[in-house]
Amino acid sequence: MAHAAVHDEHHDTHDHKPQGFLNRWLFTTNHKDIGTLYLVFALIMFFTGGSMAMIIRAELFEPGMQLVQPEFFNQMTTIHALIMIFGAVMPAFVGLGNWMIPLQIGAPDMALPRMNNWSFWILPFAFVLLLSTLFMTGAGPQGGWTLYPPLSLQGGNSIAFVIFAIHMMGISSIMGAINIIATILNMRAPGMDLLKMPVFSWSWLITAFLLIAVMPVLAGAVTMLLTDKYFGTSFFDAAGGGDPVMFQHIFWFFGHPEVYIMILPAFGIVSEIIPTFSRKPLFGYTAMVYALACIAFLSFIVWAHHMFAVGMPLGGELYFMYATMLIAIPTGVKVFNWVTTMWEGSLTFETPMLFAIAFVILFTIGGFSGLMLAIVPADFQYHDTYFVVAHFHYVLVTGAIFGIMAAVYYWLPKWSGNMYSERWGKIHFWMSVISVNVLFFPQHFLGLAGMPRRIPDYNVAFADFNMISSIGGFWFGASQLLFVGVIVHAVYFSKNRATTQVWEGAKGLEWTVPSPAPHHTFTVPPVIDDSMLAHGDVTH
Amino acid sequence: MIHVFKVMAMMSVGISRMRRVLRAPAQIVLGLLASTAASANPVPWQLNMAKGVTETSRDVYDIHMVVLWICVAIGIVVFGAMFVAMFRFRKSKGAVPATWSHSTKLEVVWTVIPILILIASAWPATTLLIKMADTSGSEMTIKVTGYQWKWRYEYVDYFGEQPNINFISSLESQSNRTRQLGSGMDPHSVNVDGYPTYLLDVDKPLVLPVGVKVRFVVTADDVIHSWWVPALGWKQDAIPGIINSAWARIDEPGVYRGQCAELCGRGHGFMPIVIKALPKAEFEQWMAAQTSAPAAAATATTLAPTTAPKG
Repeated sequence: MAHAAVHDEHHDTHDHKPQGFLNRWLFTTNHKDIGTLYLVFALIMFFTGGSMAMIIRAELFEPGMQLVQPEFFNQMTTIHALIMIFGAVMPAFVGLGNWMIPLQIGAPDMALPRMNNWSFWILPFAFVLLLSTLFMTGAGPQGGWTLYPPLSLQGGNSIAFVIFAIHMMGISSIMGAINIIATILNMRAPGMDLLKMPVFSWSWLITAFLLIAVMPVLAGAVTMLLTDKYFGTSFFDAAGGGDPVMFQHIFWFFGHPEVYIMILPAFGIVSEIIPTFSRKPLFGYTAMVYALACIAFLSFIVWAHHMFAVGMPLGGELYFMYATMLIAIPTGVKVFNWVTTMWEGSLTFETPMLFAIAFVILFTIGGFSGLMLAIVPADFQYHDTYFVVAHFHYVLVTGAIFGIMAAVYYWLPKWSGNMYSERWGKIHFWMSVISVNVLFFPQHFLGLAGMPRRIPDYNVAFADFNMISSIGGFWFGASQLLFVGVIVHAVYFSKNRATTQVWEGAKGLEWTVPSPAPHHTFTVPPVIDDSMLAHGDVTH
Repeated sequence: MIHVFKVMAMMSVGISRMRRVLRAPAQIVLGLLASTAASANPVPWQLNMAKGVTETSRDVYDIHMVVLWICVAIGIVVFGAMFVAMFRFRKSKGAVPATWSHSTKLEVVWTVIPILILIASAWPATTLLIKMADTSGSEMTIKVTGYQWKWRYEYVDYFGEQPNINFISSLESQSNRTRQLGSGMDPHSVNVDGYPTYLLDVDKPLVLPVGVKVRFVVTADDVIHSWWVPALGWKQDAIPGIINSAWARIDEPGVYRGQCAELCGRGHGFMPIVIKALPKAEFEQWMAAQTSAPAAAATATTLAPTTAPKG
């Protein structure tokens, strides 16, 4: 059959890979191949959403409308966000989880391999549907990714396509999350206790529960939009007895956990990388796990801090302010523990470590502006300005996306069997880290000076920092081509073979399988030696 | 192809702007000075929030600065420790890794200290928020209604009287012509008294008295908007079917500019807000003139022709 030919190959590649493109990729049930599919898909979406960001920054390069109509500008901001959130960041994390969770916990594959295939292959269709709205009469969605009614219901029928695409993305996420929970709870190798698991696997376990809890809430919210538009209901229509603010409450009950869905796996990644290149165990492993769980819990009770300007009662505003400020505590614990992990270590600065360090610093800057935004009286000024745009791009680009890039550089040798070019990896890092700050830091100033977000044109007082921001944007966008170059080179052209261990300080089961990781790993459960596990002193 | 030419044209205009960017440092200093002064409207190179022209807006500015400096202080400690670690504990300098991996004492310390800092910043925020929410004792009421893409102002109450003034305020025509795609007009040439007012000026400003506690009741007629004049220190969403309230007592006469802050469709960037604050006597004269000539007051300027529908 398919793998008969493989037996003749060299003895150290007991690969049993399915033959033929369709068999290998379309019908795959292999966690590594599905992980690769997710990651490639995420990269394509990253460039799709990124090119929309380039259009946005080009229009905002200087005052006056030069390139696009406001309607098209609004479509770009809306779809840029949907693509980056649901198409780039989330699938990238699912891809990393697919690849690494079985390797980290000593499982032969994901618990539900066929569902794994399905949860991936839904996605390309969902995004084709979403992107197709750009070419429809009546144009694509223009109401922002938050889809606030009544505005989101004003456009053409594209909203129905967007809602269906969101349903498909939600189904995919829920199936992915079920799979990860089932895998982690049932398929850990003997001796891999929960509190011995690598922090990345922990972060995904917690993220998966968040996904299962909130994706149905989003599905409910957008379904109510659909019935309001097409079936005469008035959930969000004041004229029919509904309430437009109720949509915002439901949306952000999904939306706030969603932003942690996009950051917790990055916390896990950084908690793997910093100990490896510090050659020192992760400081406070147990505290790190509890901090993750604590952040996840808090994410359910802070949603209305996205809505301080809607006119909530005083008591509501005070409650959501206090609850939001609490998040600073477990997040602070994580940052302090990463710094302490580096303290008295023996540090080297390979590309994954550079991205991880940049993550800690720049994510913390995003956390600081988050703390400022939590202060309700000040938020009355910051809300819906470029200050907010700067804030969430610090946590999502230099947070989530830098985390993903760190992970790709860290595990790419294990996936491909080849070392990437350290020189070009470092060039990619420095170009990215400088340009991303040129891009987003001035946006703090713009917001504080009074520039609202989501406007296609602005007063000339905002011109200078917008131009600087746009230059940073084009530079950051161009720098990401280097990322693709480094990956393609490492996978197809690099002559520098990776060892099994890859990184001197790396610990964990994934570094006990050969590089590249064979098609099937841990078909027999590994014998666990505690000293090989995670990074913490896990026996305590 | 057309877009390519447009990009090239834009870039060439951009180069002259770039020269202005290169003259930046002196202007940044100016911007800093301006933002620390009690300025109210955006200025080039502005780095910080303006203090505004109400007691509330100055309180908001103060709490913003307190939290900003707390963040800066924490940042210096945390990033300082990181950089020390990066330079002192390099493998290339022969650093040998320690093996310790926890310290309950340390972890308690950096859980408790942030709690104290948070309580210290939540306290003044709570006091201020309670003050901002209290619209009692208002001497004047203005009803603000958001429309796509203009504002209606109704003078509901002034010291117990009903002034019966009611008008629509929308983007003035020079900005509106300039902002059309491919208008070829220069946004820098839209000025009032030397201040660049592109997209920040209206045909008919909201005229208010100084030193009077004004209650704003804010709503919308079509989609959600948000009424924001930074100089007042807050913004308030304007939501169809819901009436929100907020208040301000303006200290200094002047012209204060703002914009809609909630995405409301293609004209979202083009529905500015302008307040003209007059001394009380002058305001009352203005009000009398409005009520004696109701026809003039009711001349509601509709939004000049906007962009042709896409398609």
